[in-house]
Amino acid sequence: MTDTATLTGPTGPRPKKALSPRNIMLYGTLIVVSLYYLLPLYVMIVTSLKGMPEIRLGNIFSPPVEVTFQPWVKAWAEACTGINCDGLSRGFWNSVRILIPSVLVSVSIASITGYVLSMWRFKGSEIFFAILLLGAFIPYQVLLYPVVIVLRELGLYGSLTGLVVVHTIFGMPINVLLFRNYFVTLPEELFKAARVDGAGFWRIFVFIILPMSLPIFVVSMIIQVTGIWNDFLFGVVYTRPENYPMTVQLNNIVNSVQGVQEYNVNMAATLLTGLVPLTVYFFSGKLFVRGIAAGAVKG
Amino acid sequence: MTKNSVEIRNLDLSFGAVKVLQNLDLDIHDGEFLVLLGSSGCGKSTLLNCIAGLLEVTGGQIFIKGHNVTWKEPNERGIGMVFQSYALYPQMTVRGNLSFGLKNARMPKPEIEERVKRASEILQIEPLLDRKPGALSGGQRQRVAIGRALVRDVDVFLFDEPLSNLDAKLRADLRVELKRLHEQLDNTMIYVTHDQVEAMTLADRIAIMKDGKIMQLDSPAEIYNRPRNLYVAGFIGSPAMNFIEGNIAGNTFTSGDLSVPVGDYDYMSGGAHDGAAILGVRPEHVLTDDMLPSADMTAKVKADLVEPMGADTLVWTTLEGHPFRFRMDGQAHVKSGDEITIGFNLARISLFDPKTEDRL
Repeated sequence: MTDTATLTGPTGPRPKKALSPRNIMLYGTLIVVSLYYLLPLYVMIVTSLKGMPEIRLGNIFSPPVEVTFQPWVKAWAEACTGINCDGLSRGFWNSVRILIPSVLVSVSIASITGYVLSMWRFKGSEIFFAILLLGAFIPYQVLLYPVVIVLRELGLYGSLTGLVVVHTIFGMPINVLLFRNYFVTLPEELFKAARVDGAGFWRIFVFIILPMSLPIFVVSMIIQVTGIWNDFLFGVVYTRPENYPMTVQLNNIVNSVQGVQEYNVNMAATLLTGLVPLTVYFFSGKLFVRGIAAGAVKG
Repeated sequence: MTKNSVEIRNLDLSFGAVKVLQNLDLDIHDGEFLVLLGSSGCGKSTLLNCIAGLLEVTGGQIFIKGHNVTWKEPNERGIGMVFQSYALYPQMTVRGNLSFGLKNARMPKPEIEERVKRASEILQIEPLLDRKPGALSGGQRQRVAIGRALVRDVDVFLFDEPLSNLDAKLRADLRVELKRLHEQLDNTMIYVTHDQVEAMTLADRIAIMKDGKIMQLDSPAEIYNRPRNLYVAGFIGSPAMNFIEGNIAGNTFTSGDLSVPVGDYDYMSGGAHDGAAILGVRPEHVLTDDMLPSADMTAKVKADLVEPMGADTLVWTTLEGHPFRFRMDGQAHVKSGDEITIGFNLARISLFDPKTEDRL
């Protein structure tokens, strides 16, 4: 009797219904939210592939009848800003030339500062850290003009070097915080063991700390890459037109008041500009989440 | 130059206003296994970190092998250290872990290999050399950590609760291995623990610490049999020593109806004592049944609670209003409510001054 009872009664994992109210709510919300965010992207892509006559018909959601890549080519190589008519490519390469040194320098300095503040505390290091953090709360606009003066005095105003310096400095608070909080979570005994083993400041950093800190380096890089790539304010204030980063140039193309508004070119230009941060997120999203989670737990 | 391997003179250490170590003096002999024992927060690990050079002292001096190392970096002191969490470098192989210190010292490659080979033979970790610490068990990791101290060929080994992260069985095994290692190497070893079994079994001498001071520094037997003060008496031994408050008058200790002749007691400071006193007797030194004839005095108690533990039986009772525990043979037939006659030997009791808490 007991045998049949066990056989007929519930056994194994409970069957899951695909269309339970919980799932409907969950996936319904997710789908609606995704649509909300993806729709504009769809409109942009579709519009950028249409010719101007087709756009004038006003059906912004309809797919292009005749696919053309001409707007992309124009945005990249022919669109005019001011007297230059070589498209966004100039801005792109300017941005690259700003981005690479800025990211490398700021991440290096921030990681070393974080390393000092977590492992080689000195008298007043806590106060130093507090002041540094305060920097994260000061609106950039307040500092715009003072920084102009400082750069002018240094002879860096208008140059790419000046902009790299500005990006490095303004990236410090958040990145130092990130690195310090991550390094604090590394076991202190490891650091002690390395000291007993005779490793100095740099050897401990390079051979012990660095190999354990890949996630936080990725996070810091992503923050810096997207932040610096997307920066408009510093770019427009601290450089001359021939050094304008891509964002500034994009603005100049889209907001130009002369002639016809070429929506397809504008959309293509915007997509081109957003491509770099998008790619970065795409390829390092997992590491990013891991690093953020690891750095955020302990303060 | 000296027979002492490590000498600590007037050591002070404070974190801000908190004084962790105060005016501490300690001599550790060459080849000695010294255990620093105390409950958490007593400053034992702090003292070890000071010896290692990982903490800067506030005052005083530290000598290792006759050299004043007070201002020296950890790696210049001739010490090797083993940590509770093993602190192995996770991204290096076992070989990398063992040779990291030697590489830092710019030692030639053949010699590094020679030393790694020797250490891994001693610790039997040769098959593990190319693994990473993540692929090792707790016991293996701790062995690698010991190896890291071993390859550096140091004079003094420092252990900071090295067995606390291991399970009970492994801890017992590694304890024996450590003892064997010490006999094999003959190095000076300083070992921090809060586990009195580790302390009693491993140590040549134990330093019992409390609030940054050394309460007693003696051989395990001396600490067990003649604790210098109430704290040490209560700290060492499990279950803890029984204490009975009373009075000594005319060579007799009295507490209520209990009277113990203490005329033959071996006083620390020579002369007999009159006045308030605390009598301490260890649960395992209480005599029962056929041992009673050899007792110097006897008393009757009623068992409140009986804990049979196999090898022996622990009986909880009260004696003159003081909680009192004693151990009986594991085969003894007792149950709660039984009346038992107990006795103890004068040679096995301790007397303390209730005011100073020092041994009389």
